[in-house]
Amino acid sequence: MSDSLSVAWADAWIRGAQAVLAEHRMELIDLDRAIGDGDHGENMDRGFKAVVAKLDEGGIADVQGVLKIVASTLMSKVGGAAGPLYGTAFLRAAKAVEGDVDANGVADLIAGALDGIVSRGKATTGEKTMVDAWTPALEAARAAAASGATAAEALRAAATAAAEGAEATIPLQATKGRASYLGERSIGHKDPGATSTAYILNAAADAAEAL
Amino acid sequence: MSGVALVIVSHSVQLAEGVVELAAQMAKDVALRAAGGTDDGRIGTSFDKVNDAVTELRAAGHDVAILTDLGSATMTVESVLDFLDEEEAAHVKFADGPLVEGAVAAAVTAQVGGDLDAVVAAGRARELFS
Repeated sequence: MSDSLSVAWADAWIRGAQAVLAEHRMELIDLDRAIGDGDHGENMDRGFKAVVAKLDEGGIADVQGVLKIVASTLMSKVGGAAGPLYGTAFLRAAKAVEGDVDANGVADLIAGALDGIVSRGKATTGEKTMVDAWTPALEAARAAAASGATAAEALRAAATAAAEGAEATIPLQATKGRASYLGERSIGHKDPGATSTAYILNAAADAAEAL
Repeated sequence: MSGVALVIVSHSVQLAEGVVELAAQMAKDVALRAAGGTDDGRIGTSFDKVNDAVTELRAAGHDVAILTDLGSATMTVESVLDFLDEEEAAHVKFADGPLVEGAVAAAVTAQVGGDLDAVVAAGRARELFS
């Protein structure tokens, strides 16, 4: 296993994310119906299918190129909040990496994504949003990179932390987005955006381990 | 006439069109564009619909004020604004206010010749809640 992740990894990541989001479409719809408008599963499924159609056109030279395709496609094809949020996340992630991605690059990529989401959605941790998955993912990736982990190990650490972060949204009361209108009734449900984040990062780790 | 134009962004095609219809009643000379729903007409907002409306109005020489119905529509609009170059960005602004009152107040202000800042201030419609 090479320590640096190239365009082949990025391509496999996004295709894997599309497959897992299609597989979990109903679960994300149900999570979003509980505390939102119910469109998250459908939007993520449509969005990533459109992204893969773009990837199929080929000609993408590097990791940054893949991330930019994801950003522009999600921005224009996803109608819900996830479009601008994930679109901005992937755009900032693209700007945060250059060439192949090592463990520090993984952390930089995740930092870019988190920065994009925070600046677009103006959310912070503990508000029951995707920030609650991306933030622990970044901390885990940084810690892994600092302790000499490979890029794949850093991604696995990030994916595990994101999944735990998503689970940890269950007892939280939403204070951002439409779920906040529910007040205390948002407690007891897992946040759909944090859940899709965990699936996407898990696909990134799977793709790196499969190389 | 190339005064300030409005783009009304809603999750619903009908809501955007209805707000345009209502605002037009008191602003017959103002260019008003509805950008409601997703590209395929579902509930949601569309980066491309907003961007196309802004591009078309700018090409016709208008400054553009944009109003939205809910938070994710606002995020779509802010994404569109981020993609404008600096020079264009000075001519396109988001008016963060209540959609119906804000649109009517902004349209009337544009009708009487208000500049972009005046229209955006009217669109925020703070005084309606003070």
